[in-house]
Amino acid sequence: MKVKKSLYMVALFPFLIWLILLVVVPLMLIGYYGFTNAAGIFSFDNFHQFFQPDYLRVLWRSLYLSLVATVFCLLAGYPVAMILAGNTFRKKTLLVVLLIAPMWMNFLLRTYAWLTLLEGNGVFNTILQAMGLPKQSFLGNTNAVVFGMVYNFLPYMIFPIYNSISKIPKNILEAARDLGGGNATCFFRIILPLSVPGIISGITMVFVPGVTTFVISQFLGSGKVTLIGDIIEQQFMHAGNWGFGSAISIVVMVVVVVCMWLVNRFSDDSGVMMP
Amino acid sequence: MKKIALVLSLIMCFVCFAGCSDSGKTVLRVYNWGEYIDETIFDDFEKQNPDIRIQYETYTDNETMYTKIKNSSTAYDVLIPSDYMIERLIQEDMLAPLNYDNIPNYSMIDEKYKNLAFDPENKYSVPYMWGTLGILYDETLVQEDTFTWETMFDAKYENSILMKKDMRDALGIALKTLGYSFNSTSEKELTEAKDKLSSQKPNVAGYVNDDGMDKMIAGEAPMALMYAGDAAYCISENENLNFAIPEDGSNLFFDSMVIPKNSTNKETAEKFINFMCETEIAQRNADEIGYSTPHVEVYNALPEDVRNSFAYPDEAVLDKAEVYLYLGEEVTNLYEKVWSEFLASL
Repeated sequence: MKVKKSLYMVALFPFLIWLILLVVVPLMLIGYYGFTNAAGIFSFDNFHQFFQPDYLRVLWRSLYLSLVATVFCLLAGYPVAMILAGNTFRKKTLLVVLLIAPMWMNFLLRTYAWLTLLEGNGVFNTILQAMGLPKQSFLGNTNAVVFGMVYNFLPYMIFPIYNSISKIPKNILEAARDLGGGNATCFFRIILPLSVPGIISGITMVFVPGVTTFVISQFLGSGKVTLIGDIIEQQFMHAGNWGFGSAISIVVMVVVVVCMWLVNRFSDDSGVMMP
Repeated sequence: MKKIALVLSLIMCFVCFAGCSDSGKTVLRVYNWGEYIDETIFDDFEKQNPDIRIQYETYTDNETMYTKIKNSSTAYDVLIPSDYMIERLIQEDMLAPLNYDNIPNYSMIDEKYKNLAFDPENKYSVPYMWGTLGILYDETLVQEDTFTWETMFDAKYENSILMKKDMRDALGIALKTLGYSFNSTSEKELTEAKDKLSSQKPNVAGYVNDDGMDKMIAGEAPMALMYAGDAAYCISENENLNFAIPEDGSNLFFDSMVIPKNSTNKETAEKFINFMCETEIAQRNADEIGYSTPHVEVYNALPEDVRNSFAYPDEAVLDKAEVYLYLGEEVTNLYEKVWSEFLASL
């Protein structure tokens, strides 16, 4: 047994190094910068600077827009995941390729491409005008930002749900049918409760990057919709104020962890739904 | 066995050559504003100096450049920042004094662009381009008799304006509209300027950097805050556009080539600066990017209509213009604080 354990350690070693260098050390640095002032002395100055209406509103907006995007992803993604996991749809491979293919392209390029489609004299507006309809301004508002998030993060919602649905043993569903359960009963009492782990990881994988994104808001929001990620980027890249940037990062991390904890609590409770 | 040896030695050769192809070359790291050089000039320089390879990077504003060189371990060899930033770099002892024996073409620079306030003895910087800040507008959509900075805050231009996402420029024009200086150091005035900028949001179609140029050329917005040089380029691509320097006084800027103290290729960097000042190269560059040249021969060769255009405004306009000053670390931090509060208000 002992030999085996040390073998595990050897196999783990590269990952441990990776974890320490790229996760633990940066987190400690963020903690250090966040809780010290310009002179390197322990202080809450950076947090004090953050807790004022303008910044709190930005944080609230980021959480809210990301939540809206997550709900849209869930509503749009769940049926797709069910189709993928089911047997009725024949062209599943094609669907998977279509879902994954955009992810082979760079995230920045994909978001940038939407600019060309949505801008004032862009493709969509040209089509609208050709049909005799007035031009619309699609960009520069919160809708555009939510749209960008849904577009970019949808696959991260679909695949975890697909995974958990396809793991549901077929005989459970067959048993339910034998006992006279209809489609609705099967869905609400079997498929949905058993896919909760997938939903949870889908929500995590959409909500967290949504809260911290800054590229989408800069491109599709035309710089008019500031998200908390924009402020953090600004502090590190422009102002050179690492203390303030780190403090905001810490606040965002705490908020996200609390949100995720709440979601997980909810999922534990939902287990009660199972018969 | 022989075959394996052959394959192995071939691989060895290949690896060697792949490694050798670049290792003998000096790498010159140039860090410049985006859209601010004719990049084909790099090919000419490399052709003339086969032992040098240029590695080019760009930034969107002076502050981003400063933060990068202050915190990054990369040693750049040539930077092209603006006046007030050069002043800051000099004060913080981050620049290397130039050896003008290696830059004979410095004599081509017009005397009036030498020994300017940010580098009074001209020890550190060789003028690259200069210009003013103004309003680029679409003549078919904007009719004004006179342009002032207030024009950009006029309620009739709803969702029409592309604002520069540049701290000094954006806060500067707000300060100017309120009757203050581009170089205000007062917290009260800056807070007013911030509120003024926030109140402009309904007018703004987007907060942009260099992407504003493409948007104006494509006719995405009727008006934009822009540097004269970028404006000249946009006008050459879209004839509906015109440029106005606001009556209430503009910003006058001078961008110069400097060498950071931690550069490891100072002589090569000086060679590059000298190359940029060669008449033929400087002319091509000015033609391509549209900015105003400090080079005597390039200026003299300019066609009459360019010399009379907004790129070379007359004394009356220049007298009213202010050059940004470096305001010291404390005031700069105040600007940064006000600026990020402004961004948070969007």
